[in-house]
Amino acid sequence: MSVNLRPVGYLTLSICALSSAAMADRGDQGKLSLLYWQAPTLLNPYLASAPKDSEPASLVLEPLARYDENGIMLPWLAEAIPTLENGGIDPDMGSITWTLKQGIKWSDGSDFTAEDVVFTADYCMSADSGCQMTAKFTDVSQVEALDAHTVRISFAKPKPYPYGPFVGLEVPVLQANQFADCIGPDAVNCSAENLSPIGTGPYRITEFKPGDVVSYDINPYYRDATKPGFASVVVKGGGDALGAARAVLETGEFDYAWNLQLDPEVLTKMKAANKGQVVSSFGTAVERLQVNLTNPATDLYDARSTRDGGAHPFLADPRVTKALSLAIDRTALVQIAYGEAGRPTCDVLAAPAIYTSGANDDCLTQDLDRARALLDEAGWTDSDGDGIRDKDGHSMALLYQTSVNPVRQTTQDLLKAWWTEIGVETELRAIAPAVFFGGDQSSPDTFQKFYADLEMFTNFFPGSDPEPYLNNWTCAAIPTPENGWAGMNVPRYCDADYDALIAKLGNTVDLEQRIDISKELNNMLMQAGALIPLVHRGEVSAHATSLQGVRMNVWDSELWNIADWTRAK
Amino acid sequence: MTDLAVPQATAAQPRRNGFWSRFRRHKGAVIGGTLLGLIMLAVLLGPTLWPYTAGQINLTDRNLGASLSHPMGTDHLGRDLFASVLKGGRVTVLVGLVAMMLSLLIGTAVGVVAGMVRWLDAPLMRLTDLFLALPVLPLLLVTIMLWRDSLRSVFGAEAGIFLLIVTMIGLTSWMQTARILRAEILALKEREFVTAATALGLRPAGIIRRHILPNVMGLIVVSATLGLANAIVTESALSFLGLGFPPDHPTWGRLLFDGTDYLTLTPARALWPGVLITLTVLSANYLGEGLRDAFDPRGTIKRK
Repeated sequence: MSVNLRPVGYLTLSICALSSAAMADRGDQGKLSLLYWQAPTLLNPYLASAPKDSEPASLVLEPLARYDENGIMLPWLAEAIPTLENGGIDPDMGSITWTLKQGIKWSDGSDFTAEDVVFTADYCMSADSGCQMTAKFTDVSQVEALDAHTVRISFAKPKPYPYGPFVGLEVPVLQANQFADCIGPDAVNCSAENLSPIGTGPYRITEFKPGDVVSYDINPYYRDATKPGFASVVVKGGGDALGAARAVLETGEFDYAWNLQLDPEVLTKMKAANKGQVVSSFGTAVERLQVNLTNPATDLYDARSTRDGGAHPFLADPRVTKALSLAIDRTALVQIAYGEAGRPTCDVLAAPAIYTSGANDDCLTQDLDRARALLDEAGWTDSDGDGIRDKDGHSMALLYQTSVNPVRQTTQDLLKAWWTEIGVETELRAIAPAVFFGGDQSSPDTFQKFYADLEMFTNFFPGSDPEPYLNNWTCAAIPTPENGWAGMNVPRYCDADYDALIAKLGNTVDLEQRIDISKELNNMLMQAGALIPLVHRGEVSAHATSLQGVRMNVWDSELWNIADWTRAK
Repeated sequence: MTDLAVPQATAAQPRRNGFWSRFRRHKGAVIGGTLLGLIMLAVLLGPTLWPYTAGQINLTDRNLGASLSHPMGTDHLGRDLFASVLKGGRVTVLVGLVAMMLSLLIGTAVGVVAGMVRWLDAPLMRLTDLFLALPVLPLLLVTIMLWRDSLRSVFGAEAGIFLLIVTMIGLTSWMQTARILRAEILALKEREFVTAATALGLRPAGIIRRHILPNVMGLIVVSATLGLANAIVTESALSFLGLGFPPDHPTWGRLLFDGTDYLTLTPARALWPGVLITLTVLSANYLGEGLRDAFDPRGTIKRK
């Protein structure tokens, strides 16, 4: 007997060894250190919408469904994604019903139920709560628990795309018990809760010093007994992108660094140390030039850059903006300024791939002669011989502003050089980001006031439905002195046909039709010359070579699958 | 008593000789003065003599190290750094000189009036205190925001911001000069030769011109060199903050600011503008120190 047992014993041992290599046990991977150079200050995504806060919170708080690295929705705390086919969405689009997974527990051991979901909706929708995510709950009329594991969200009007609430990292489920006293105006005063929320995720917060460091250990009640791999996680904040990249790629002090918008050559040089690798993922972010279709002349005073002040002396002519666009060598721009973090694009709706129009791709190759011909055709010639085109005594000189950022200043320099070649004079201005994006009503330098001819920044939309994004360019979204310069229609584009098509998109359910309408809307914007897209921007992060399982995700939290991360032995 | 009674005209000749020999004895001042002169000459003539134009993009020559054709290398867009430094130096030094003259003018006027006119002394000194208490950088940020657009439409982008920066630096850096001059003049006023001049019926304006100003000339020159250094540093700080001149108009501060992101790749981009700012400021300071000693044979200023 004893002779026979031995080989069996060996066999069992070797199977164990094999399985542990393939699928690690919970917590046997040691410690993981992440570097978020913009330090987290609040771990409640409903009150702090910046990725620097919502991503560290995503280790703890989870939504019903989230997006994978390809932008496809995955059920997370829900059993399945509700659709028309499986009956989860009401046939008249008036409601969506989520079925929650059974047996999920909060990290304090209590059960996760439909009541928590209902509470979270009330929490965000109650008046004066300061909730940053109310846009996700647009048109929601009622959220109710049908039983302990079923939630129905009803909408005030038919909602073709009902995946706003509880999908993605910004709208996770909060524990009703913990936040019970934080409804309404009290939300912001609940510092203990906001700094250390209880969640269902793989980790729980052990210590949080706002603006500095978050420490986590494993949530003992996490639903998968073999995960997460790392026993403890530290998210360290502070410093800058350059230092963060160095800490992962050159010195190896950290395992992961987030948001590394750096000169490609600088990153390449760091990668040579072989300590880590750079990962990028392309979402919907597009760096674009916003064209001021209205006149920003100083002598118009209060009517500056409003539709009351009249059309721009030359940028309102689509031929001129087309020429400016054709003069740009986007491939060279990407190579020099963006590297792996960018791709040339001629569409402002550059992702998801099914929505990409491609009808404007002739701007991808630089064509200076065609650009010159277009300007000639529009009547702008160099009549006084100073190298700058003019017409009716008005010289073709542009004021081109953006925020202070080395990549953007490089872009400014390059574009200025190319436009000089077609006879357009450019004056550059760089504004401190806190002022440019600050929205201060008294400052003349905000991107919404747009007291310039062109300005450049990036915009994107979360998730994969472009409707709210395309809504940005309706007449109603124009920033004006009357509405306190709110609204994202920075080019002051206003076209009744566009608004009509947007209304149609809001009532269209069929995906194919939605795609066609979205492409058409994109093309209208491009052909009117309201925007000049430059670069489809990716998010860039770096991780240590030894770190495995990173699936860089721009649609959701970059740390969305942190439970699967392991360390190569 | 007798040497004070010697007329100014005959006293000037031997005094100047003494000045030069005293100045030459101060080695730092001689080196500083020569260096400052060379830098000014280089930025004045350099941009016209040097074959490369500042800001000329050349995508095939990116991030080059130092070589014969590019003695300071090139930046990430293939622009010759030496050309940018020469062109940038022109703006930086010009800002320094003009702002210094403005602050000197205001400082001298306030100092002399406060020293000579008793009833204006207190209000003017409180005004000086007020200006000393003003935080210069925030003030500059506010004025740039308020007046940039109107100046731009009148004078153009570069000249507009130049006027603005120069005026603001000048308006906020005259206080030291005023204070020092006032103290010196209060002492001078009590001296016998001033009393004698007053007794002889010389008007206050004449006293200032004939007796006060020549005696505080040394102080004014010293303030000038220090003011130059101060103005260059303030302009560099503004550019370093991303304010001030448009991004494609290089100044030393701006070049330094742009270069910091490339410290590992092309350290020369931050190094050279930084070295030049330091050298200019240091030279100006040494020159000032040498001039102070030279103007003051008995070392009265030093003892203060």
